[in-house]
Amino acid sequence: MSTTAPRPAERRSLGDRWHEAPRVLKVLVWALVALFFFALPLINPPLLSTPDSDFGSVLFTVAGYGLVALGLNIVLGYAGLLDLGYVGFYAVGAYTVGVFGSLHGDLPWPILVILAVTVSTASGLLLGAPTLRVRGDYLAIVTLGFGEIIRLVALNSEFLNQARGIQDIPRPPSLELFELPTLSWDGAVATVDLNDTSVFAKFGLLDGVPYYWLALVFIILILVGDTLLQNSRVGRAWEATREDEEAAELNGVPTFRYKLLAFAMGAFIGGLSGALFASRQGSINPETFIINLSMLFLAAVVVGGQGNRWGALAGAVVVGYLPERFREVADFRVLVFGLLLLLLANFRPQGLLPPRRARRARKATQQLQHLEGTEGGARA
Amino acid sequence: MRPIVKIATPVAAAALLLAACGGTTGGSSDTSSSGAASGGGDCPEGISIGFFGALTGPDANLGVNINNGVKLAVEEHNAESGACQVAVEEYDSQGLPDQATGLATQAVGDENVVGIVGPAFSGESKVADPLFDEAGLVGITPSATNPALSENGWGTFFRVLGNDATQGPAAATYITDTLGKQKVYVVDDATEYGKGLADLVRQDLGAAKVKDNTVQKGQTDFSAVVSDIRGSGADAVFFGGYYAEAGLLLKQMRDAGLTQEQVAFVSDDGAKDQGLVEAAGGPAAEGAILTCPCLPPEEAEGTFAADYEEAYGTAPATYSAEGYDAATILLEGISEGNVTREDLLAYVKSYDAPGVTKQLKFDEKGEPSEISVWAYKVQNGEIVADQEIGS
Amino acid sequence: MVGAVYGLFALGYTLVYGVLRLINFAHSEVFMWGSFAAVWCMTAFGARAGMGVVPAIGLLLAALVAAMLVSGGVALLVERVAYRRLREKNSPPLVALISAIGASFVLSELMGLRDRVAGWLNLSGPLAPYIDRAREYTQFTNPLANVEIVNLGGFSVRSNQVIVLVAALLMMLALDQFVRRSRLGRGVRAVSQDPEAAALMGVNQKRVIQLTFLIGGLMAGAAALLYMIHIGVTRFNIGFILGIKAFTAAVLGGIGNIRGALLGGLVLGLAENYGSQLFGSAWKDVVAFALLVVVLLFRPTGLLGESLGKARA
Repeated sequence: MSTTAPRPAERRSLGDRWHEAPRVLKVLVWALVALFFFALPLINPPLLSTPDSDFGSVLFTVAGYGLVALGLNIVLGYAGLLDLGYVGFYAVGAYTVGVFGSLHGDLPWPILVILAVTVSTASGLLLGAPTLRVRGDYLAIVTLGFGEIIRLVALNSEFLNQARGIQDIPRPPSLELFELPTLSWDGAVATVDLNDTSVFAKFGLLDGVPYYWLALVFIILILVGDTLLQNSRVGRAWEATREDEEAAELNGVPTFRYKLLAFAMGAFIGGLSGALFASRQGSINPETFIINLSMLFLAAVVVGGQGNRWGALAGAVVVGYLPERFREVADFRVLVFGLLLLLLANFRPQGLLPPRRARRARKATQQLQHLEGTEGGARA
Repeated sequence: MRPIVKIATPVAAAALLLAACGGTTGGSSDTSSSGAASGGGDCPEGISIGFFGALTGPDANLGVNINNGVKLAVEEHNAESGACQVAVEEYDSQGLPDQATGLATQAVGDENVVGIVGPAFSGESKVADPLFDEAGLVGITPSATNPALSENGWGTFFRVLGNDATQGPAAATYITDTLGKQKVYVVDDATEYGKGLADLVRQDLGAAKVKDNTVQKGQTDFSAVVSDIRGSGADAVFFGGYYAEAGLLLKQMRDAGLTQEQVAFVSDDGAKDQGLVEAAGGPAAEGAILTCPCLPPEEAEGTFAADYEEAYGTAPATYSAEGYDAATILLEGISEGNVTREDLLAYVKSYDAPGVTKQLKFDEKGEPSEISVWAYKVQNGEIVADQEIGS
Repeated sequence: MVGAVYGLFALGYTLVYGVLRLINFAHSEVFMWGSFAAVWCMTAFGARAGMGVVPAIGLLLAALVAAMLVSGGVALLVERVAYRRLREKNSPPLVALISAIGASFVLSELMGLRDRVAGWLNLSGPLAPYIDRAREYTQFTNPLANVEIVNLGGFSVRSNQVIVLVAALLMMLALDQFVRRSRLGRGVRAVSQDPEAAALMGVNQKRVIQLTFLIGGLMAGAAALLYMIHIGVTRFNIGFILGIKAFTAAVLGGIGNIRGALLGGLVLGLAENYGSQLFGSAWKDVVAFALLVVVLLFRPTGLLGESLGKARA
């Protein structure tokens, strides 16, 4: 959500002040932000809440998109690899859960999720190993083909139950710890509706909220991992590869291995999101995994700002939430996306929330300016 | 049904993190909020039935047909003197299973909704019906014909038309006996509906089936299939799928010189849409046969067809009458004081009365006890009823 | 047969790629608009089956012109809206691709929502025959009967097939000669070989790029009409899958290579047909995609090698 990132106009000052803030304060603020998102479906705020569809379910969809966008952001934003068939990994994750949890097996849920991410990561490696050597724009087409092949195979092979898809997919194990009431709103006055409650960590059919919480937990985990990774050697290698592959290679960065790593991590997160989707939905069929979904994921990352994890999340909110909130414009959804992509590419290619330059890079620039300043060559 | 306990604990919106969003002037508190259903009154205010199906998107035609039937039934019901006023909640799924979860949850969470007409398609039914089942919310589908739907043990599932298990054998018998064709080439479109139905036809044709093929939804070039049909020496083709592909296959067969006399074309209720004639391009569609477990609207009892035409300016289309019947069952239940989900479900289970399409009564799985399958024919660019081919 | 259509369609990808090193993702919609132009032309002139042969051929030629003009125009529009600004800013190819994806969505949805668009413009009445059922298949009325020419033991050759094949080959031949012989064609080749040197030699790069898009669009328009003769229906979203096929054909033959595009199209058409026979029609698209992946992996330069300029064999 855009509230979590500073406004562009005050970016530098606010960003710096934030950076200098005491650690306790930072943790506190993050905790509050996280709490707010956890509480969102319970607060059920007017204007934000979706009038035509269940708010909890919509939030789960948005969180699912957010997870996917984070994964695709690693592939596209960090490593600069255009993957047009990302839905393939999402489908692999969902189908793995379906096949081993219902169709041809009966494994418990946690093992299913681990299996799903393993299989999707493996498929990412398998696809990436040969294809990442081809040129960037060919990669786009190869991945597009991959996404379609996955769907067509699911649709046509007897083993995957063809168009019937898979039903009775296991849900996460329920804990049923305590009940939380929802607020219902009448104008600006809220009432606590004890009748409409969400049971914490009860993964039933009717309540989408626990699934949303689960997805949120995964998002936070991925965010933490993502931050650590981006600030590490790996993140720098990705950045170097994206900016100039040949220069990176000359400087001793094994670019192919880092690209493959990014691809595999993207596949991992895509598979995880697909697995969550399948567990919430309870049934899947090939028609869900059409190529348009890939475009939607791509739109999320590009609209939000590739290379910025907050941007990716914001983009996911745009593509996942807005059409549900304004269902009356559903017919024009794709048209609006197209226009948005066209306008963004032309006028704001960095996306809504462009990645902030790494602090390291900024410091280097400052140092450089400082040095130049002392030598008397004062340039802006 | 759970008792409704609403503790009026007004919480100032400003106290929450969302101060910026809730900038409206304070309204009256929860007096207007509805849902006081347990109060024992025979007609709770705001009581409604839901329509669940595609109203926008590529598959909207059928959904709109059904919804019009539902609205007609509700308007007629509300116009009766002293009737309990019932509203219609529309859940526009666009026919997409992944949208169905949120909408079904919404329907379940709305205490005013005591019954659902729908879901319209088999795919979304698989997602939505388990939720309705858990909530005890009765759902009567006017159009989802997948046989497996009634095998899931959902206590709230009912349908007012025959499933594909009745249509398939009827279509097979029609091809071999009425048309007298003995070499049938069966094509499906790999969708759950199309393949399911085509498999039933294959099974019933037995030795009369010469060859199979599968195409894809969205495919436009069927030349390989057409030359295979020609090579197989078939004298009839059954296509299991929807009208767009059916029309294109038909056109390309006729273009290749395979006439209806040489190779008869038979398809299903998913292809029974004017879109078939358009995709095939007028003359090519002539004589094509379409089977459907639906009653021709002009055969419907009473004044339904005339009323519908008066209300919407068009003749009732596929499944309009079924939608009307499904809604009527729910409305009669409400009229007789079954205003809770529990009571209405019990009422539907034991329902037995004539509707406009047939005598409406359900077996323990929710299947209709009376079924009629009709053959339709394309004649002068229109799909007209030909004969009843099974019941 | 459909291979010839793929080949013509693939030219647009090949040419633009040769000159700009970019995949013109919106080219598929250029084709789709051309197919509608052909349909509308027939509607406007009241074409019906069974009219005389001479007027029928006249109508088909009119439809060819209409389709080529519309496709050419849309292609120029794509260049103007989706590419020019980015080129001037020297944006990375990824941004251009995203811009083209956006343009492709807009073009396709505008066609799919043409009833609404006409409604906003208050033109629903007069345009009714052109905007009816905007999201369904629209029929192309071919005024020329599809007669059987020869029948060799069950394998029949029909007039439509001959028309499609001959027309596609003629188009290809004309284009090939144009690029090889004419001044403008030399310019196109020069820019694709070395844009900077070409600019130094006084080639107007901007005009060459426009010309490339225009030629690609014209060919896509011709391909669209032939496709309509072959298949007979169109819809707002047919471009996508056909575009992928055409792109596959371009890559197969060696992207940037004009003759390669035709060869790639024919090979792909055959591969699809045999694939369908071998594995069943359902696996047709899988065969096409798998072929693409395999070619890219083992011979990324395609059958005839890349580059507009060097391609001579």
